[in-house]
Amino acid sequence: MSKKMHITLKVNGEEQEFLAEPRELLIHTLRERLGITGPHIGCETSHCGACTVTLNGKSVKSCTVFVAQADGADITTIEGLGSPDNLHVLQTAFKEHHGLQCGFCTPGMITRASKLLEENPNPTEEEVRFGMAGNICRCTGYQNIVKSILAAAAEMNAVKEAAE
Amino acid sequence: MKDEVTTRESRVDALGGMGCKRKRVEDARFTQGKGNYVDDIKLKGMLFGDFVRSPYAHARIKSIDTSAALALDGVIAVLTAEDLRPLGLHWMPTLAGDKQMVLADGKVLFQGQEVAYVVAKDRYIAADAVELVEVDYEELPVIVDPFEALKSDVVLREDLVAEDGSLPDGAHGPRKHHNHIFTWEVGEKEATTQVLDSAEVVAEETVYYHRTHPCPLETCGCVASMDKVNGKLTLWGTFQAPHAIRTVVSLISGIEEHNIRVISPDIGGGFGNKVGAYPGYVCSVVASIVTGVPVKWIEDRMENLMTTAFARDYWMTGKISATKEGKITGLQCHVTADHGGFDACADPTKFPAGFMNICTGSYDIPTAYLAVDGVYTNKAPGGVSYRCSFRVTEAVYFIERMIEVLAIELNMDAAELRRINFIRKDQFPYKAALGWEYDSGDYHTAWDKAMKAVDYDGLRAEQAQRVEDFKAGKTRKLMGIGLTHFTEIVGAGPVKNCDILGLGMFDSCEIRIHPTGSAIARLGTISQGQGHATTFAQILATEIGLPADSITIEEGDTDTAPYGLGTYGSRSTPVAGAATALAGRKIRAKAQMIAAYLLEVHDDDVEFDVDRFVVKGAPEKFKTMKEIAFAAYNQAIPGIEPGLEAVSYYDPPNMTYPFGAYVCVMDIDVDTGEVDIRRFYALDDCGTRINPMIIEGQVHGGLTEALAVALGQEIAYDEMGNVKTGTLMDFFLPTAWEVPNYETDHTVTPSPHHPIGAKGVGESPHVGGVPCFSNAVNDAFRAFGLRHTHMPHDHWRIWKTANELGLHG
Repeated sequence: MSKKMHITLKVNGEEQEFLAEPRELLIHTLRERLGITGPHIGCETSHCGACTVTLNGKSVKSCTVFVAQADGADITTIEGLGSPDNLHVLQTAFKEHHGLQCGFCTPGMITRASKLLEENPNPTEEEVRFGMAGNICRCTGYQNIVKSILAAAAEMNAVKEAAE
Repeated sequence: MKDEVTTRESRVDALGGMGCKRKRVEDARFTQGKGNYVDDIKLKGMLFGDFVRSPYAHARIKSIDTSAALALDGVIAVLTAEDLRPLGLHWMPTLAGDKQMVLADGKVLFQGQEVAYVVAKDRYIAADAVELVEVDYEELPVIVDPFEALKSDVVLREDLVAEDGSLPDGAHGPRKHHNHIFTWEVGEKEATTQVLDSAEVVAEETVYYHRTHPCPLETCGCVASMDKVNGKLTLWGTFQAPHAIRTVVSLISGIEEHNIRVISPDIGGGFGNKVGAYPGYVCSVVASIVTGVPVKWIEDRMENLMTTAFARDYWMTGKISATKEGKITGLQCHVTADHGGFDACADPTKFPAGFMNICTGSYDIPTAYLAVDGVYTNKAPGGVSYRCSFRVTEAVYFIERMIEVLAIELNMDAAELRRINFIRKDQFPYKAALGWEYDSGDYHTAWDKAMKAVDYDGLRAEQAQRVEDFKAGKTRKLMGIGLTHFTEIVGAGPVKNCDILGLGMFDSCEIRIHPTGSAIARLGTISQGQGHATTFAQILATEIGLPADSITIEEGDTDTAPYGLGTYGSRSTPVAGAATALAGRKIRAKAQMIAAYLLEVHDDDVEFDVDRFVVKGAPEKFKTMKEIAFAAYNQAIPGIEPGLEAVSYYDPPNMTYPFGAYVCVMDIDVDTGEVDIRRFYALDDCGTRINPMIIEGQVHGGLTEALAVALGQEIAYDEMGNVKTGTLMDFFLPTAWEVPNYETDHTVTPSPHHPIGAKGVGESPHVGGVPCFSNAVNDAFRAFGLRHTHMPHDHWRIWKTANELGLHG
């Protein structure tokens, strides 16, 4: 067992401070240490995207990030995107358009989609499909996921226009 | 009267019952990251289990040294077969009547086989300890080819050979060779041979349905917690059949069944992967019993792909005969089935090759014969039904390829060949040559609708032009038109012929109506994404007249749910859905008596109307179901017990037979082997439709899994028995980028024997989709002389096909 490191993280707006082995994977930090179980483990090789979080403003697969690499980072998970009384537009859109079935990929999927829409608020279907290609879903065939994300984009744009 | 009609419609709408696109009640927790999957369970003092696995496909184990692992700080125990032997748990029964090593007992039979089980304080220490266990192996000759296995002197399963060298019968009768498991025959062998020998036209082909894996996004896992104070074992896990798991755990552990509570929490997809019982479950239970604290075991992806539950691996050789006009006269099929090192197929006991005898498909074939030989090889055990009823995808793939090959032999259009051979509507119920009685169908209507929707003649004209253009050097892309008409057999099944380990394949529903007019219903099934909490409430809303939003559906806890055989083989709607409707009708029958009492009329003088009982001929006199529910709890009604509850155990009289007509249009680049799916039209007939939104979602998902299997997904082995596709880098799961948009359509032919006429749909798109994609690839090359090429049609294999046909100049 290697020497423990002092780690600080900001997760969903809350400061976290702890000692951890540098080899600890960020997904385990979140799930085991902090009890944030929204992000899931599907492959441990960066392929499936179930563990997707936003780390310092970028979509990151937390199953292949050492907590040592994440020291000092600002992290958002699905739990930080919305609350039961104030859901993120994507959370509502996924339900409205049947963008999920077993739900296992959903937290990573929505977290990634939220970042995609920040980067490109008005994507084409093709851009959504390309931008979501790092997140695998085994249930839906993606058609309704794409529909959900396009609908969320339209709604977010409508809200923004109304505000302007 | 107009008012009355509007009111009735609005009352129907308010229920959110059958037929409406009800939004899912499951989604709130899943979209907020509040699902509760097995790896989310965290218990005080919980330990982690992890396996030492064999790097060899066939080897004798000379010794296992666990001392270095045990010396590591945080390691609690390392179990080997020797530790399990005194408990009789070093082997366990399989669902197929064979037995399987829990931990390697002297030898290993496939790469990744469980050799030792490490228990440690956390998963990192467990992983470190796995590396420290020293196993001394002596390599043995490896057999990965089932045909070679049947000729080889190498004995894979010494435990199945008597001391005098003779072969005792297996679970399914005599064995022909030491690596042979069973022969299963259905139909008329002699008669079929005669028909084939005297036929005007015979087409012959060998169709390999390659080995693949269900690969749900969540792997298998469990948490076992033995409470030594009260003697109760709680087992959470990714179980598609929690009640069956409870019974199996009881039978092999000796713990009485009432002291075992099995809980399937949220499950991250199953597709057949989570039907079986795996060594990880047994070892975790033993470890918890030994340590007295909870033990968690979660597979990683590589373990999942390498060890738990492969699917398919069927070599199917067929002959199909017809008149010159194309009327099919006979079908023969022989299967060599590679079952791996142990026969752990998840099939009903009396069906060692599942329902492979549905291989006459949608066609009126008077004479047929099927024989299946199961074979041991040095591959992982399993043989589960990956998004299909038992071996139905193999059967449908076989017949739909044979039809295409026959069309080539006859020089006939494959759509027309299907059309003239479909079982006609007036022939249902139809007794097929291989034994099944198809309950209902209207294939011609579905087929004609599909052909019209895609402008089939127009597509063929375009394709002919493309061939001309290709030959003239104007394009390097060919066009393939894939056709499929499938008939599934789902909803296992009638207890008279369907059981698993002696457990009849009925299912169940128990309903409790609460005094204020809401309800809870519990079922013997378990959702893994199908949305049962949404759809079963819809069935009940229509049956009992309470809003779906006021009905909680619960599944997966064996302490509270009635006994049932679980969710796989599209059986939830056909079996538990029927139980739900019938339990609802029991509620309604009692409600009718209560209503009559409250309305002071005879029972026969009231009738059910949406959400109430009304006095016949006097609709202004009524009692709503909500009022009746309250009365059931607060009135002393002569001759009627208080309360409003019902339970129904449903033993289906027959299977259900969903069907569909699919068309796929693709362009294939002959120089790169790349495939562009231009169009996919899917018409499904699943009988009565409970929730069209969910049906459509199931179709999209099933088609995408079909696309994966047909176009690239496989579990491949090298000649040493090494798994070449152990990660998602090599094992193809399509992303949003590779998947097209699908067009869905439907006809409705209700099942005549199901209480609400529903047939099940989750697996149809997979079963129909695989041959449809594959037929499209094959069809693209038909003009250049191709009869058949094996799946998976990845870019490399397509390129090779084009190359072998001389299309690269």
